[in-house]
Amino acid sequence: MSALHRFALPLSIGLTALSAIGVLLSLLGQPVASGGLLNALLILGVASVMGLRLPTGWRSGLLAVLALALTVLLRTNTDDKVAFYLLLAVLIASFLLPNLTRLVRVALGAAILLIAVPIAGLSNSFLFELGIQIGIFAALALGLNVVVGQAGLLDLGFAAFFAIGAYTWGIFGSPQAAQFIGGFPAQGLSGNYLFLFMALAIITAAITGVLIGLPALRLRGDYLAIVTLGLGEVVRVFANNLDKPVNITNGPQGITPVNRPDVGILADFLRAIGAERIYGRPIDDAIAYSFFFYLLVLVVIGIVILVNVRLANSRFGRAWVAIREDEIAAKAMGIPLLPTKLIAFATGAAFSGIMGAVFAAKQTFVSPESFTLQASINILAFVILGGMGSIGGAVVGAAAVTVLNLGILKDFSDLLNTWRQTGVNILGYNMANLPPQLNPAKYERLVFGLILILMMIFRPEGLIPEQRHRAEMQEARQEAQEGGSK
Amino acid sequence: MTVADLLSILPQTVLEGLLLGFVYAMVALGYTMVYGVLGLINFAHSEVFMIGAVIGLEVFRFWGNPDAPVISNPFLLLFVALVFAAVGSGTMAVLVERFAYRPLRKRGSKNILVPMITAIGVSFLLQDLTRIYAALRHNEFNMQYRTFDALNTTLMLPLQTTIQVKGIIIILVSVLMLIGLTYLVNRTKLGKAIRAVSQDMQTAALMGINPDVIISRTFLIGGSLGGVAGVLFGLLYTNVTPYSGVLPGLKAFTSAVLGGIGNIPGAMVGGLVLGQLETLSGTYLPFLTNGNFGTEYKDVFAFLTLVLLLLFRPQGLFGQNVSEKV
Repeated sequence: MSALHRFALPLSIGLTALSAIGVLLSLLGQPVASGGLLNALLILGVASVMGLRLPTGWRSGLLAVLALALTVLLRTNTDDKVAFYLLLAVLIASFLLPNLTRLVRVALGAAILLIAVPIAGLSNSFLFELGIQIGIFAALALGLNVVVGQAGLLDLGFAAFFAIGAYTWGIFGSPQAAQFIGGFPAQGLSGNYLFLFMALAIITAAITGVLIGLPALRLRGDYLAIVTLGLGEVVRVFANNLDKPVNITNGPQGITPVNRPDVGILADFLRAIGAERIYGRPIDDAIAYSFFFYLLVLVVIGIVILVNVRLANSRFGRAWVAIREDEIAAKAMGIPLLPTKLIAFATGAAFSGIMGAVFAAKQTFVSPESFTLQASINILAFVILGGMGSIGGAVVGAAAVTVLNLGILKDFSDLLNTWRQTGVNILGYNMANLPPQLNPAKYERLVFGLILILMMIFRPEGLIPEQRHRAEMQEARQEAQEGGSK
Repeated sequence: MTVADLLSILPQTVLEGLLLGFVYAMVALGYTMVYGVLGLINFAHSEVFMIGAVIGLEVFRFWGNPDAPVISNPFLLLFVALVFAAVGSGTMAVLVERFAYRPLRKRGSKNILVPMITAIGVSFLLQDLTRIYAALRHNEFNMQYRTFDALNTTLMLPLQTTIQVKGIIIILVSVLMLIGLTYLVNRTKLGKAIRAVSQDMQTAALMGINPDVIISRTFLIGGSLGGVAGVLFGLLYTNVTPYSGVLPGLKAFTSAVLGGIGNIPGAMVGGLVLGQLETLSGTYLPFLTNGNFGTEYKDVFAFLTLVLLLLFRPQGLFGQNVSEKV
């Protein structure tokens, strides 16, 4: 390792330069290297800049060069998803690596989020979709992170708050409301009311959080888990069945179409800056909406992270951690238990409520299917995977799982399909004989389950551990070592 | 519907609730025993239960094939299915403990969420492994139990009540299993060791009990009960999917909490109570609310009862009120 560290700087400079030259050559129509080799070079480059010990200035510069190279590559080679994942990695690195100045972080983050990703998304709108999904899941993970990670209250029915937010806009922004409110506009409120209803969704979700929390939070640990799980199911069952006696939620069929805001101005803006050349076609509604929801999710996530950071360092944030670490000690120190826990519940609920409203508008469809126990557990897995209590971790966890589910597994399925059709031999096995039922995209739970098990055995503190938590885990490990084999 | 009409369907409803309740009770025991020794909500238990149902289904298909039956007597076939399911599910539970939970215990993490997340991971893994198996073998993952006339014959009971032969078998098998388990836990050396480990693992270890062995046995017993319950459940509803363990598992866990988690008689009573709550509310809710709130709200009713009970008795029906030590 020490040898690797001694050559860290030349190594990462070399790798970055090589990948940049590779990208440049492919831009000039002289692809010296095949796509796979170029991607491998880029992966090594990003990994070396992220993983090795580098001086601050060099690291900032190399990250910027890599981001630029990746953007150019995404523009010329629109199907290169690996480049997009690497761009996300650079983005995460520029926020989370320890020794960067604030100016570099903000500049790099803004450049990637506001220039690089839109360019990639305009070239291949699937990338916008991926970005929007990551953003939505990240908000949910951040919300649950307040409850489970920071306050230590295990909530297994968290999707309920997401549902409340989604239905808040879904019912009033669609023909649904006219079904049970006489004189309501037949097509529902116009899409521009979405912004008002995002605020309302915060309130309705927070109130639901308090209503669920009032009975549930008197209980502890596992009892709390099962009661929140039960109440989460109750919300879903109501959403599934309140189509009679009065049709409020339209039952299992769900509500559609949910109105979306007017994006004429945004489309004009895109035309004005000449985005058509990148898009390759005249700007239409589809791409304008993709771009709009990307920006909206970005703004919401920004607000959520800001509020979350401020809260974590506030009196409440410290009270939550105190309750998580030792409830009785916290009480003895004068922290009012129930109100503090209720605030955690309401905050978490509000974060997912606002994203619920955005989700309803983005999908133009709300149905109880999206808010099952499975959804709640997935959100919990984002938090655990990222690192409980850590804000960066919640976002990284959500991003990692979304990229895995929507990107990597699907690509792997496609690859297997091509192999099957062409009958490639791998280790003496003809891939044409592979049964068609073995389609990795259908088995995301299997991969997900394995990841959860392995993470808990080898890295239970998560990908990006919270500082305090990291110290605890080390302590436990030391104790276990000193105690010998018990 | 008059009051007399409502009353006349009561015995049948109670009987059906009893069948469901016994299945819940057997699954709830698996949750409560593991919770007793490890303090862990074993989410993977619902999949152990589902795998039992799948094993039973395969035995019915293999040896009960109507064209070339190896075992033509349906009762003997059912017995073989129960034995195979008990062994298979028990083994599966032991393997899960050995490879997923024990490594965590050895590392000595104090965070209770860590093993629970592992349990969720195991549960996902087992669901999809079963799905792959079903897809490769049956080309679909919605599997049907083979039915036998001898098991589906309807018998008349007093009070205008009817029961199928398989219903009687379900009650018989579960009562036998529950009695057996009570004997095992209260009267045998293994039972004493299980109780000792669940009371205080470290002290039990000092008394010469190997906690790892006892924990492994506890998973074996809980898993076998779950496997048997799985076959009975498959017999009752005739349809098994890789995901059909989730909801019964949830109900069974609710039963365990209802009875006071970690408490063995509590889990049995909790299962029976939840079975009654579910069928009674399923039958009577539509009548009581003029059809506005139908059978689909029976789960809401069950969960709200649980919440209410926990508010007034946070330790469950039979749980002991342990005050936390500082």
